[in-house]
Amino acid sequence: MSALAGTAPAVTARSTAVIHRTNAVTRLIVPVPLTIVLLLTLDWVSAATALAALAVLLPFAGLTPRQFWLRTLPVWIAAPLTGITMLLYGRPDGTVYWEFGLAQISDGSITIAIATVLRVLAIALPAVVLFVTVDPTDLADGLAQILKLPARFVLGALAGIRMIGLFLDDWRALELARRARGVADRGKIRRFAGMALAMLVLSIRRGTKLATAMEARGFGGTTTRTWARESRLGRTDLALFAIGIVVSVIVVWTSVATGHWNFLFG
Amino acid sequence: MIPAAVSIQNWGWRHASRLAWALEDVTLEISPGERVLILGPSGAGKSTLLQALAGVLGGDDEGDSQGTLTVDGQDPAHQRGRSGLLLQDPDSQMILARVGDDVAFGCENLGVPREEIWVRVREALDAVGLDVPLDRSTQALSGGQKQRLALAGVIAMRPGLLLLDEPTANLDPSGVAEVRDAVGRVLDQTGATFVVIEHRVDTWLPLVDRVVVLGAGGAVIADGHPGVVLAERGAELAREGVWVPGHPPRVSLPSALPAGADLLDAQNLATSRVRGIPVGSPVSTTVRAGEVLAITGENGAGKSTLALTLAGLLRPEGGRLRATAELARGLGDSPIAWKSKQLLERIGTVFQDPEHQFLATTVRRELEVGPRALGLDPAEVDARVDDVLDRLGLTRLERAHPFTLSGGEKRRLSVATALVSRPRILVLDEPTFGQDAGTWARLVELIGALRAEGSAIITVSHDAEFVAALADRTLTLTAGSAEVAA
Repeated sequence: MSALAGTAPAVTARSTAVIHRTNAVTRLIVPVPLTIVLLLTLDWVSAATALAALAVLLPFAGLTPRQFWLRTLPVWIAAPLTGITMLLYGRPDGTVYWEFGLAQISDGSITIAIATVLRVLAIALPAVVLFVTVDPTDLADGLAQILKLPARFVLGALAGIRMIGLFLDDWRALELARRARGVADRGKIRRFAGMALAMLVLSIRRGTKLATAMEARGFGGTTTRTWARESRLGRTDLALFAIGIVVSVIVVWTSVATGHWNFLFG
Repeated sequence: MIPAAVSIQNWGWRHASRLAWALEDVTLEISPGERVLILGPSGAGKSTLLQALAGVLGGDDEGDSQGTLTVDGQDPAHQRGRSGLLLQDPDSQMILARVGDDVAFGCENLGVPREEIWVRVREALDAVGLDVPLDRSTQALSGGQKQRLALAGVIAMRPGLLLLDEPTANLDPSGVAEVRDAVGRVLDQTGATFVVIEHRVDTWLPLVDRVVVLGAGGAVIADGHPGVVLAERGAELAREGVWVPGHPPRVSLPSALPAGADLLDAQNLATSRVRGIPVGSPVSTTVRAGEVLAITGENGAGKSTLALTLAGLLRPEGGRLRATAELARGLGDSPIAWKSKQLLERIGTVFQDPEHQFLATTVRRELEVGPRALGLDPAEVDARVDDVLDRLGLTRLERAHPFTLSGGEKRRLSVATALVSRPRILVLDEPTFGQDAGTWARLVELIGALRAEGSAIITVSHDAEFVAALADRTLTLTAGSAEVAA
């Protein structure tokens, strides 16, 4: 029945890497200061400094090279695309090398393009690298116990995520069933819409069943819930926070010291 | 843990948006520690009763109730954890990703202190005989293991009342025995009051000391010691669709004719759901008109995948699948290359889960989909639809929404949607899963009649009685190989 369920991320394997001693919530929050810093300025020095720091810290992220490239692949594709946009449409300055309609490649747009590519990488890579080792269950525990988000909401979302594998199975079954029912020759878009609707109905039914099963296990009652897995912050979390702050400070200092810092909202 | 007492007085329930009461005037007392099997025809409201006892039926916005229903003298909705409910579908009961966490879930909700939770988790897994690491992925378990895991999650809450709603309907025979034995162990250890709904009586007979028979609408029509109730009411129950030992469903089959022309020929056919990942091992077989080919074998051997490949729905992973000229009638010899519409009159498929194949908002419109796709004129469409409605006993339901039908009705409708296009080959995937004896007998007779009319039938099944009643040839798949027995 669930031929594809195995393809959904069910359990994240815990390696012995030091990163797994930090809380999932820490890994979610640590990149925030750096992100703010990089959003405040658009210069290649700050982004390059952040990337250099990432390169130094990467061996401690608990990822194999293969995992790293695979999981960050979308970032490596997206960054050059934003760069090209800036290259063509960034504010022209200095020598203009090429022109076509509104598109202009100039000294200015080249500088902005490089800075943008580096900035996208410097913002996205740390967040992705830290987040891919997060286990959904651990994150839910952290969100509820440390950030005190409502348990109902957090656990509902967690249980929902687990159903993604079943949804993939449903979708494939719907495709086959439409071919079997003789309606798969019609327009693809119309069929897609029909399947999306059927999928919605099936999802709601699965959701209802899941809700009944959860309720039958006492979920949503008035009793204050306990947590089988304690989620807490320790010294490694403190260390990781410190690293995040130190990197941000170094980034600002380098950029300002080299005279490249430019306040975007100045 | 103290076993719970159940008291039901003139109780009834009507779902919001329904006019008729699902259950009306039910009166039943169950003493602490009793083990009760509840029987009754499909649609008698047995599941509703169990959900009410579990306190998960919902409040006033879900429906209206009448009379009283209490567990230990109180409304079950206000004492979560006093009753534990195990449902039918293993997949929708796995709540968390890891085995240990999933068992702990109920205890957490009841506010059990952390240290005690893990003690209970180990005890519960022990009791159900599930010996896997606590961090094993719940997705990696078999059907029987999933149900035992769900059972562990229920008993870790230490309920005084254990409620089971057809917990083995979706399992293969080895899974059924696994779950039944685990429940037996749990009951012996805890002494909890026990209520189970199931229409396969023989599964639970060794465990129960009382049988209650509900009629349509929930009235108690028989109640007592299992031996006595089954002796007195066995024949009547069997007629109402209950599987009673010694009363096999009666079917009359036209005598099978010698097999007709070859329709499909598979040579070293390898199958897959996802390209590049073959399931099971290659198969060689022939599908002939007027013959029933049963595909059996353990879970994961690739039965459904083979059936869907033979049905022209999945592309063969390797080897060859060839349609004869008799079947192809002017088309190429590869079924997967046919158009969806061309497939209709050649190969019809009935999916394991009927809900996957429903497209329309009423039963009648559902049946019109195929004939309309074939471009038949309206009079012919009506005639065909009327014919299958009658044949499968669905005429009364022609204006109902397919999703609102009972399990047995959905199954019959899904078979009807394929039949109405009059395919030469009918492919059925586990058609008898979770069906009562009435629907079972009807399916057997229908397939027997189709065979006599010259249709070829391919059916995936691990229902031994079904295969024995119908199969002319059996193809047994194992994870390693396939064998054909005449």
